[in-house]
Amino acid sequence: MTIRNLAIRFSLTLIPILLSVALTAILILILGGDPVRVYSTLWESAFQDQSAYAKVFNFWIPLTLASAGLVVTFTAGLWNIGVEGQIMMGAVFASWGAQFLDLPPILLIPATLALSALGGLLWGLLVGVLKTRFGVHEIFGGVALNAIANNIAIFLIAGPWQPPEGGSAQSTAPFPEASWLSVYSPEFPVPTVMLVVTIISLLIVGFLLYFTRWGLELKAVGKNARSALLLGVRTEQVSLSAFALGGALAGLAGAHRVLHFYHALRPLVSGGIGFLGLLIVLLVGFRIILMPFIAFILAAMLSGSTRLQALQRLYPELVGDSSLVGVLQGILVLMILYFNGIRERWFSGSDTAKVKRGTTDE
Amino acid sequence: MNEAFLNTLNSIIATATPLIIASLGETITERAGVINLSLNGSILLAAMLGFAAASITSSLWLGIFVAMIVGAVVALLVAVGSITLRQDQVAVGFVLTLLAADLAKFLGSDFQNIPGPTAREIAIPVLSDVPIVGTIFFQHDGFVYFSFILLIVTWVFLFRSRPGLSLRAIGERPSAAFSRGVNVNLQRYGYTLLGGALVGLAGASYSLGIKAGWQASPAMDGDGWIALAIVIFGGWHPARVAFGAYLFAALRSLASVIQRDPNLDIPIVLLNTLPWVLMILTLALVSGGVIDRLLLMLPLPLQRRLRGILRSNPPDSLGQPFENDAV
Repeated sequence: MTIRNLAIRFSLTLIPILLSVALTAILILILGGDPVRVYSTLWESAFQDQSAYAKVFNFWIPLTLASAGLVVTFTAGLWNIGVEGQIMMGAVFASWGAQFLDLPPILLIPATLALSALGGLLWGLLVGVLKTRFGVHEIFGGVALNAIANNIAIFLIAGPWQPPEGGSAQSTAPFPEASWLSVYSPEFPVPTVMLVVTIISLLIVGFLLYFTRWGLELKAVGKNARSALLLGVRTEQVSLSAFALGGALAGLAGAHRVLHFYHALRPLVSGGIGFLGLLIVLLVGFRIILMPFIAFILAAMLSGSTRLQALQRLYPELVGDSSLVGVLQGILVLMILYFNGIRERWFSGSDTAKVKRGTTDE
Repeated sequence: MNEAFLNTLNSIIATATPLIIASLGETITERAGVINLSLNGSILLAAMLGFAAASITSSLWLGIFVAMIVGAVVALLVAVGSITLRQDQVAVGFVLTLLAADLAKFLGSDFQNIPGPTAREIAIPVLSDVPIVGTIFFQHDGFVYFSFILLIVTWVFLFRSRPGLSLRAIGERPSAAFSRGVNVNLQRYGYTLLGGALVGLAGASYSLGIKAGWQASPAMDGDGWIALAIVIFGGWHPARVAFGAYLFAALRSLASVIQRDPNLDIPIVLLNTLPWVLMILTLALVSGGVIDRLLLMLPLPLQRRLRGILRSNPPDSLGQPFENDAV
């Protein structure tokens, strides 16, 4: 790679980032806010002290788990938009375990975590079966099952899982403390077990994708399902297994949301983390090594935005809420897609084969 | 026929209207070979900005105009990303649907729950006096009448006009169209923008029509996905697409009638789940092997004719970028 190529590559990565920050700043100005203060508040809120770092990690864990699962489905060429529903189903299953499983503490946590993975797995498989057996594209199956999963959660919260004395439609009663995940330390309230699970999941997914025959089959199906089938890959099973693994990891993300983040089940419990995971996968492609870092940056933005919202009552120039971060992230990913296209079209020769998705990185 | 029943039929026509406008717009876009997956976000953003423009200026027409521009601009972003920069259409559309929805929420906070202009009901003279039919079809706001006209115009344009023929050609066999002198990518741009403007209009038909105003959790959230599914259910054919939208609205309204019945105790969650279950079932019906298996039981000549009507096949080059190697 020559210096010129490096310079082009560098600027084509930097420009979209700067552009998205600038465009979002303009939007903040339009709403009468002060972009410098909004950005600096976001930054400070995310990193001001140890407890702020802990908050970032509590977004990072489910985000990374969901993204790790999404890399698997993405490698197999599947648009697993149903990831939100898989997170919610994992949360629902974990909530059942937390409320009704009568086990000694040492067994309760592993059992609820396993349940959450099972919930996500089943919901993911459902998207897969609808695709392979009934021809329903995974985007539509996923969107529908997301809504259905959320309605199941709402139904449980407002119905069977309400305490007899009556409760709220916004949340179940807090779960018994035995089901809470124990945290690393009071100053750094991040559940140790989830940190470990997340890192192990990343390692397992990386290993499966790069060092096993199954990973190769996933890639074959993702690149060209027809030729893979002709070459003897059982595409249907491969797709289904991708949905199952992706769903199980998403389900674990759901467990973190209910067993630590809220200590209860809420409607829309995933809070858009699944969709954000899809954006991450679009950004990193198959380079799973980059994923934890990108996820950390986006988690910091999410965490910062929660404080931004709280500070708004005091300082009217701090406009926006979580949707502001959504806008920033959306513009960022869009710009990066655009600049990928610009690089492929004008800066990397006439190799048309590279244009096809999945081969855009060298 | 009793009045309540006629009113229900009337409201089915009204609630189906945004779905029809959006899914006909998407039909045009997809027939040209481009998937605009941003529908759900586009509709929200167009509804929000259209309503904001209308409530600031107190001009309904300006609101409608702004909504259409917003829809076209989002579509333009899809077109630039997928046609010119040749990125994955699904990826670009998906990012835009999230972005537009967040943008609507972000920019719309000042316009929540405030009054604004809405389209008034216009009873068509003479026609609205016809018994039954008049009540069902001709006592609506302008959006509904526009959807009737749009349906006819889209059908005639696609199947009975020369530009319509080339529109279908660039979605099916772009290289063939190209060798006949059609500028494939320019036309794709045009039809993506046109479809997007109609999607924007659908947004306006919510916020300035049946779901007037703007809320923190807007009632039309999700309908964009349903409109996308209706295009598939409708087999990319305007009449079937419209039928799908009416069917969908009818089932929805049937469910709400059942739900309102005091003798039955049906939780509202179930009602909210129903559209999504329907979406899965209908897509499974048209895309899976179910129909093929049913058809095999019929006599052969009938089989062939019915398959054409019932099966749903996408345009051959849907979602694929066109590169003209000759240049």
